[in-house]
Amino acid sequence: MSRTGRRALDLSRGQIDMSHGAGGRAMAQLIEELFFGAFDNPALNREHDAALLARPEGRIVMSTDSFVVSPLFFPGGDIGKLAVCGTVNDLAMGGGVPKYLTAGFILEEGFPLADLQRIVESMAKTAQEAGVAIVSGDTKVVEKGHGDGIYINTAGVGLVPEGIEIGGERARPGDVVLISGPVGDHGVAIMSKRENLSFGSEIESDCQPLADLVAAMLAAVPETRVLRDPTRGGLGATMNEIAQQSGVGIELDEAAIPLRREVKSACELLGLDPLYVANEGKLIAICPEDKAAALLSAMQAHPRGRDAAAIGRVLEDDRRFVRMVTGLGGTRMVDWMAGEQLPRIC
Amino acid sequence: MKYIEEFRDPALAKTLARAIAAEVAPGRSYRFMEFCGGHTHAIARYGVEDLLPPAVEMIHGPGCPVCVLPVGRVDVAVALATQHDVILCTYADLMRVPGSKFDSLMKAKARGADIRMIYSVMDALRIAEENPGRQVVFFAIGFETTTPPTALALKQATAKGLRNFSVHCNHVLTPAAMRAILGDGEKVPLDGFVGPAHVSTVIGTQPYEEFTRDYAKPVVIAGFEPLDVMQAVLQLVRQVNDGRAEVENEYSRAVTPEGNTRAIALMDEVFDLRDSFEWRGLGEVPHSALKIADAYADFDAEKRFSVKTEPARENKACECGAILRGEKTPEDCGIFGDPCTPENPLGACMVSSEGACAAHWTYGRFREKKAVPA
Repeated sequence: MSRTGRRALDLSRGQIDMSHGAGGRAMAQLIEELFFGAFDNPALNREHDAALLARPEGRIVMSTDSFVVSPLFFPGGDIGKLAVCGTVNDLAMGGGVPKYLTAGFILEEGFPLADLQRIVESMAKTAQEAGVAIVSGDTKVVEKGHGDGIYINTAGVGLVPEGIEIGGERARPGDVVLISGPVGDHGVAIMSKRENLSFGSEIESDCQPLADLVAAMLAAVPETRVLRDPTRGGLGATMNEIAQQSGVGIELDEAAIPLRREVKSACELLGLDPLYVANEGKLIAICPEDKAAALLSAMQAHPRGRDAAAIGRVLEDDRRFVRMVTGLGGTRMVDWMAGEQLPRIC
Repeated sequence: MKYIEEFRDPALAKTLARAIAAEVAPGRSYRFMEFCGGHTHAIARYGVEDLLPPAVEMIHGPGCPVCVLPVGRVDVAVALATQHDVILCTYADLMRVPGSKFDSLMKAKARGADIRMIYSVMDALRIAEENPGRQVVFFAIGFETTTPPTALALKQATAKGLRNFSVHCNHVLTPAAMRAILGDGEKVPLDGFVGPAHVSTVIGTQPYEEFTRDYAKPVVIAGFEPLDVMQAVLQLVRQVNDGRAEVENEYSRAVTPEGNTRAIALMDEVFDLRDSFEWRGLGEVPHSALKIADAYADFDAEKRFSVKTEPARENKACECGAILRGEKTPEDCGIFGDPCTPENPLGACMVSSEGACAAHWTYGRFREKKAVPA
C-alpha cells in the first residue's frame, strides 16, 4: 500500500487511463510510485512543481528538446534514453557541463504501464550515467488516438567552465574538423526496425550521453571552437549549419569518415546517403590546426570517442559551400538535403 | 559489401582516368549521354567528372522515371487519392514531385489523403488484402526495371480475385525515349550513349542495335558503379576514335544479349503499347509507354476511376527539353537555382536527385563560375 491509500500500480498489466492525468489520486500515485522512485534526488523529492536549486557561478547553457520517436524501443535504446541524451548532448555541445533536467510526459490513454516503467527506468539510468539530476517533471494524458503512446520533452541547464568559448560561428579557415565515431548508426537502426529489414547482424543505435567525452576534450584542448552533435539531417546538415554560421567553406574527405560496414550496406539497400542519416551519440569538433592532434588523441583515449577521426578542414569560401573529396578521388558538394531523405526506387 | 568496394576503388579509378586521357584524340571533343538517372547520380555523387579529361563531356539523359512523369499524371495521382478516398500506394520518389499549382502527393497526404510509400508492389497487394473494404490503387511508374513486378502483381491480383486492387499504369520505355532524343539524327550533338544498367538486365542488349545501325551512335551498357561508368566512357572513346558504332556490354556480370526472357514474356502478356505518351521535358513520344492489356482491364485504375483534373501546363521558362537532348546545360537555363531548386522544382530535371539539374545543383554547383547562393 502506498501513502495514497490504494493498491500499488499494476506495472505488469496496467494501462494509462484518463485519471492518470486528472490531478487526483491516480496521478499522484503514478508520480510517486513510478517517477519519484526512479529519478530520486533531493530537488525532486521536495514535491514542488518548481525545483529549488542553488545559484551557480558563471555562465549557464539551457536547452529543450521533444521526442516522438517510433518505434519507442529500438536496438541500442528507447525513447527515454534518447530524451535524456538529446538534451544532455545539446547542453554539452554548448560547452556546458549538464546539471539538471526537467521531463514532461504526454501519455496516450491505454499506454501500458510496463512500457512506461521501462522508459522511466531507462531515463533514470541514462541520467545517472550522464551525471544529471531530473529535478522537475510533468505528466499529461491525452485520449486514445491523440498521441503515439508517449511523447517526452526534456529541458536542461548546464554550467560552462571559465575560458571555454564554443559556437557554430567560430570556425576559421585552416581549422580541422573531427568526428567522434562512425556515422549513421541511429538512423539506420530505427529505419531497419521500422521497415522490418534485417542485415544479418543487428545495427544498434549509437544513442549515448556525450558530456564526459566533451569534458575530456575541453580539458585537453580548451581552444576547441565548435562542438555540434549531428542528429537529424546527419553530418551533411551539421556541416552546412556550421559553414553558414561561420561564413566559411568546409572540405570533407570521404575516405576518412568512419562508417560501419553494416550501416554502409543498409544505406546501399535503402538508397540512403549515410552523410544525411541521424546520429544520437556522435559529435563534430572543430579546432585550430595546431591543436587537432591533441584533440584527436583526447577523443580516442575516451571510450565514447575510440573511433574518432579527422575528417576535413575549414576553407575560405564566401559561398559557404560544403564539399567532399570522394572515395573515388573526385569532388562533389555536400548540400543541404531537400526535404526528407526518401529511398530511391531503382 | 566487398563486391561494391571493388567498383569504387580509387587506384583503379586513377588507372582508368589515365587510360581515357591517353585515348582522347588531340583537338577532338566527345559528348556522351548517360541515359539513366542511376548513372547521373553515380557520376555526380562520386565526382566522376573530375576524373575525366576536359575533352569528354557527359550529357545527363531523361532516364529518371519520376522526372519525366508529366504534370498532368501527377495531378491524376493527387486526384485519385483525394477524390475517390482510395489508398494510393506508390514508390517514395514520387511523393515530392510537383503537379499543378505546386501540389504534390506529399501535400495531399498532409491534407489527409491515404497515401502509402511502398518499397515493392507486393506491399500494395498486401495492403489490398488487409483492407477489403477499401479500394487500393498502385500508381505504377518506372522504366522496364519496375515493369515486370507490376505485371506480376496484376497476375496475382487476378488469380486471387482481389477486386479492390487496381494499377494506374505509367510505365515507360527506354528505347523509345532514346529515339526521341535522337530525332531525325541530324543535329543532335551526341557521340554515343552509356546504356542503362538495370533496364538492360530486363530488355538485354538487342534493343540498342537500332541506335548503332540507324543512327551510327555507339552504345556501351554499364553498371551503376563509378568504375563501370568510367570503363564505359573508355570504350565509347575507343569506338569513336575507330569510327565504330556498336553495342558493347560493360555490365556483362548482369546483362545478357536477350535479357530476362521470362520478364519480357510477362510484360508482353500483361501490357500493350500506347500509341503515344507525354514525357515531361520531351513532349508526346510515340510508342513510348505501356498500358494494361484488355485481359487485365478489370484491374486498370484508369478504367475503374474517372478523375477530373484541369489541363496541365509545364513552366515555359524551363529548358528541360533542350537539357535532356544535350543541347543546353543546367547553367544555361534562366530559372536554374532561382527560383528552380530541389526544394522548389519547376521542371523535370530538378525533380529527383537523378535529374540533370538536381544532380548539378546538389553535387556540382561549387564548380560554377557565376555566383550562386548556398
